[in-house]
Amino acid sequence: MKTKILMVIASLILIIVYFVPIWVISIDAPQFPEGLGLWIKVNTIEGFTDTDLKSLNTLNHYIGMKEINPESIPEFKYIPIILGIFIILGLVVVFNDKPTYKYIWIVLLLIAIGIGIYDYYLWGYDYGHNLNPNAIIKVEGMTYQPPLIGKKQLLNITAYSFPYIGAGVVAISIILAFISARTNKKGEKQNA
Amino acid sequence: MKSKALLIFSTLAVATIVLLFFGCPSGKKSVVEGDAAQKVYVAPGQYDEFYAFMSGGFSGQLSVYGIPSGRCLRIVPVFAQYPENGYGYSEETKAMLNTSYGFIPWDDSHHPELSQTNGEIDGRWLFINANNVPRIARVDLSTFRTVEIIEIPNSAGNHPSAFVTENTEYVVAGTRFSVPIPQEDITLQEFKNKMKGTISFIKVDPQTGRMNIEFQILMPGFNYDLSHPGRGKSHGWYFFSCYNSEQATSMLEVNASQNDKDFIAAINWKKAEEYLKQGKYKEIPGVHYHNIYDEKKHMAYSEINDKVKVLIPQECPGLVYYIPTPKSPHGCDVDPTGEYIVGGGKLATVIPVYSFTKMIKAIEEKKFDKEIDGIPVLNYEAVLHGEVQNPGLGPLHTEFDGKGYAYTSCFVSSEVTKWSLQDCKVVDRIPVYYSIGHLCIAGGDSKKPIAKYLLALNKITKDRYLPTGPELAQSCQLIDISGEKMKLLYDFPTLGEPHYAQMLPASVIKDKQAKIFKLEENQHQYRTISPDQAKVVREGNKVHIYMTAIRSHFTPDNIEGIKVGDEVYFHVTNLEQDWDIPHGFAVLGSDNAEILVMPGETLTLKWKPTKPGIYPFYCTDFCSALHQEMQGYVRVSPANANVQLSWNK
Repeated sequence: MKTKILMVIASLILIIVYFVPIWVISIDAPQFPEGLGLWIKVNTIEGFTDTDLKSLNTLNHYIGMKEINPESIPEFKYIPIILGIFIILGLVVVFNDKPTYKYIWIVLLLIAIGIGIYDYYLWGYDYGHNLNPNAIIKVEGMTYQPPLIGKKQLLNITAYSFPYIGAGVVAISIILAFISARTNKKGEKQNA
Repeated sequence: MKSKALLIFSTLAVATIVLLFFGCPSGKKSVVEGDAAQKVYVAPGQYDEFYAFMSGGFSGQLSVYGIPSGRCLRIVPVFAQYPENGYGYSEETKAMLNTSYGFIPWDDSHHPELSQTNGEIDGRWLFINANNVPRIARVDLSTFRTVEIIEIPNSAGNHPSAFVTENTEYVVAGTRFSVPIPQEDITLQEFKNKMKGTISFIKVDPQTGRMNIEFQILMPGFNYDLSHPGRGKSHGWYFFSCYNSEQATSMLEVNASQNDKDFIAAINWKKAEEYLKQGKYKEIPGVHYHNIYDEKKHMAYSEINDKVKVLIPQECPGLVYYIPTPKSPHGCDVDPTGEYIVGGGKLATVIPVYSFTKMIKAIEEKKFDKEIDGIPVLNYEAVLHGEVQNPGLGPLHTEFDGKGYAYTSCFVSSEVTKWSLQDCKVVDRIPVYYSIGHLCIAGGDSKKPIAKYLLALNKITKDRYLPTGPELAQSCQLIDISGEKMKLLYDFPTLGEPHYAQMLPASVIKDKQAKIFKLEENQHQYRTISPDQAKVVREGNKVHIYMTAIRSHFTPDNIEGIKVGDEVYFHVTNLEQDWDIPHGFAVLGSDNAEILVMPGETLTLKWKPTKPGIYPFYCTDFCSALHQEMQGYVRVSPANANVQLSWNK
């Protein structure tokens, strides 16, 4: 019974991920003492304030970076669906309370996360390297790819990129599913 | 006899020399006490504790200072054109200065007053009066912009204004220079019999702040000078000081100083509301402009009203009483409890303090000395709480600390006197440099004063600062009133005449400041919300240029097909949505001001080119590293040229 409850929680807490940012990108620059940054959610990118995305795009135009427009990023249409599939699959596993299924669920989720992070890297690479040749500011050899995780100095700006609450929730979900699977195994052994 | 005169003369001469060299009581000797520097030092990057809003007096504007540092934060243009940002020049703001006398580029702004709720400063709006062409303006304290100006008809010299009742039900106006009502061409001798003074109650909408002249009271033609509302127990009453009960029209200096006592008029405005409801008013002509700045359309427009309701004291018993007040009173202040009404007599040697409770009793017992035009004159002694003896010379204005003390400015003797309301005894005095007019304590004319700082607003500075030719700055002295004794902390020059000031704790409004105007909420008729919508449209000889500005370019920035004789309107929309990124706009040979466009806003500069040629325009606000590149050209062709309108994107 306990294993089922754990798996139910592991699946259902993923619902939280729809409502909180999974990643945060922020910048530090002298002209922005109040801070400036973006939340990445499952379905969009939002500024810390209503105007941050616009301000960031205005800054980026100096170095010839493409405009960040959440509408033009197709991944934001798929990620919510994929997340939903994992929630449903998790609940299906509850009714087939076997550790193997749970491990499969975990592994699939980890693969999805891996692909997601790789995709994020590719977008970052594209924005950072694919610059307008007529850019106002051109610095020989300089690219502007944001860090995947951590901080990076880009000209006068320090850029930060870190996982946020949504990512933490996914991690907790995986841990719960893992505990659930382990408890299954112990139970099986004791019953045997 | 001769030798005696000689002796006196030589004694005087010696005494003068001794004084000059050794004992001249000079301002320079007023040494501040040890920790004064620390008390006013606000470290770089730190905020001041208070905002102080000082009227500009003859500058017509409002200036905003941080206290205790005395740093000037902003000038808010109100009644005077301001070429720095285009206020009163741009198509959007010109209408703010419309009056029934036409477009007025200047006025004399006197008394800023913060809006109140339950007798406490609420930080929503600031009202300020124009003295010369009677008006009241409202400044929004989230944008620090003038958003409304209403003209006061049947008035001249709107001095006893713009003070508010304890829930900002009304802001008031009054006429310092009585005039014929309605205005007419008569001899000044005839005028003496026709002098009337109006006192106006302007209703303030509690949600929008929108003003409307609810009623005027037609008073005897004295000079209504200053005013303050009753509060707490006296809420519902309003007190106006007046001088020149002699009704002199020339040499007032002498002729208006003959009567031993003039008056404070006590007006029962709740009673006025009853009379209004009963229909006991007359509608009389009173053409007045009402200018409103629409913050969504970024555009000011004028409404013209032609009538006002008036109440006539003879027909409305119980509406007005006169309290005799010695010698040409000026200040008229009410303490935080609403019990004491303090008159400041410019020429008086005492400060009369009246009791509201005694006044009500005197009215009930009909202790009247006489009547003037149907207005009962109360018996002085019956209303008097006490007289402050030896307060200093020329007591003018009084503010309160909420701890039972009053602080009165004394113009002639250049000092501030602290006295106890309970027994009218002077407890402390401090010199100021020089000739103080108003003074200000945060909440000092509300129910909840904050007894920390007092601002002394001085008219004359003489030797206080480095000299700057014949024309010198006026000044503000910062005095610590947190202890028993007043302590001078700091002294700084001000802009214009800091006639009166209001202070509030920074925390009340600091976090509600607008940072930008949202582009998607911009409803300006000529807005351009993205560069691809930029265009140029000709309507006869009017050419509308829909232009965008963003770091670091204008769109369009090359325009051809303009002709001599055209009226060109540059409608510039600032597409930025980041705080503190304005763009400016100016064009060669323009006889207009520049415009300074805030993020998300649209402003319009009108230009009439007079000669053919190529005219550069550029951004006047250093907006970015490539600000110098933010420029463009307009080609102007002769009036009869056949050049097609064209522009780039």
